[in-house]
Amino acid sequence: MKTLNRRDFGLDLGLVLATAVLLPATKARADDMDVHIDNFVFQPAELKIKVGTTVSWTNRDDIPHTVVSAGKFRSKTLDTDDKFSFTFTNAGDYKYFCSLHPHMTGMIKVE
Amino acid sequence: MSGHDHGDDGVSRRKVLECMTWAGTGVLWTITGGVPRSLGIIDSAQAATAAAPGMTFLQISDSHVGFDKPANPNALGTLEEAVNKINAMPAKPSFMIHTGDITHLSKAAEFDNAERIISQTKLDVHYVPGEHDFLDEEVKLYRERYGRGTKGQGWYAFDAGGVHFIGLVNVVDLKAGGLGNLGAEQLAWLADDLRGKSKSTPIVLFAHIPLWTVYPEWGWGTEDGGRALEQVKGFGSVTVLNGHIHQVMQKVEGSVTFHTARSTAFPQPAPGSAPSPGPMKVEDAKLRGMLGVASINFKQNEQRLAIIDTPLQG
Repeated sequence: MKTLNRRDFGLDLGLVLATAVLLPATKARADDMDVHIDNFVFQPAELKIKVGTTVSWTNRDDIPHTVVSAGKFRSKTLDTDDKFSFTFTNAGDYKYFCSLHPHMTGMIKVE
Repeated sequence: MSGHDHGDDGVSRRKVLECMTWAGTGVLWTITGGVPRSLGIIDSAQAATAAAPGMTFLQISDSHVGFDKPANPNALGTLEEAVNKINAMPAKPSFMIHTGDITHLSKAAEFDNAERIISQTKLDVHYVPGEHDFLDEEVKLYRERYGRGTKGQGWYAFDAGGVHFIGLVNVVDLKAGGLGNLGAEQLAWLADDLRGKSKSTPIVLFAHIPLWTVYPEWGWGTEDGGRALEQVKGFGSVTVLNGHIHQVMQKVEGSVTFHTARSTAFPQPAPGSAPSPGPMKVEDAKLRGMLGVASINFKQNEQRLAIIDTPLQG
């Protein structure tokens, strides 16, 4: 019998909830959220999440990027298709940027 | 590149153009009477170099060793082509500057490969780092190799041929929403370095990111670059050499000439002409022309450089 791990369950539950309540993507429940880096842009540039949410950034450019929020979190250098995840355990506004291309900025609003 | 014979006789125009598009990158600078003049891309400069009195030096940039994406699956190979071009020059330059992004990901093997190829020029090379050279966790690989005798994050000055050269670092401690950054410590060092220098001393400033604002929307500029340029204002001849944007751009303001070099690895789009400044994939047949010496670029460059020459004495 297949063992159901916590992650599978969480993802399934997230799907069900999203389908049932039809929440906009930026107002999701406390499941994982994704930010993509495409063409030197964080997408979505602003994300509203609940405390406890894990956000994963994936670099889809041919150039390395980083994800840095001063004093809060700092990824290693993300080469193409590399991913960085951070779980937000405190409410607040988290401005972040790419330390290699500082014109790239984003915001995570945790409530 | 070896085996590509540029014979003296019987070289048709077509053959010359083929050779010119073959590879090559790097801008040759010559200093006559203390004023640097760019002679254009290596091939075109060869004849002039042979005859030109004074000191010559070479600039290469953005070799991105380790880059293997579609825009150029073999960045090490095109660096080697550039080095072969340099080695084929009839008159050796005095030395070379490399304006950063030696490697793509700051891996030890990338630095080693770059060194193995570039050292084949048997030239002294003066480096400044690009942001791609400071990516290792401890930020030590570049400094171990090229940081000896430098100050702060790796800035330094030296004199050659009567010219004062200043290598600056503008890829550290970048601020969110901002551009390249020199920082207060480096600017103070620069002021100190220039203090007491005769205003007739020709100055060459070189750094990775353009010290002038090329296109802030893509981060192509240096936040406090203007503060460095203020300090060289009184000097009769100032030449600012940068990389980072993987294309040739030039501007003259009073006695200051700004110039950016091509990459040896991959081209980037003209400002605003693409969704992002990322590597630009061109047809294979066009790549080497974008890196160096397509005949049209060659002619354009020569014209531009001729324009730039004139105000240096101003």
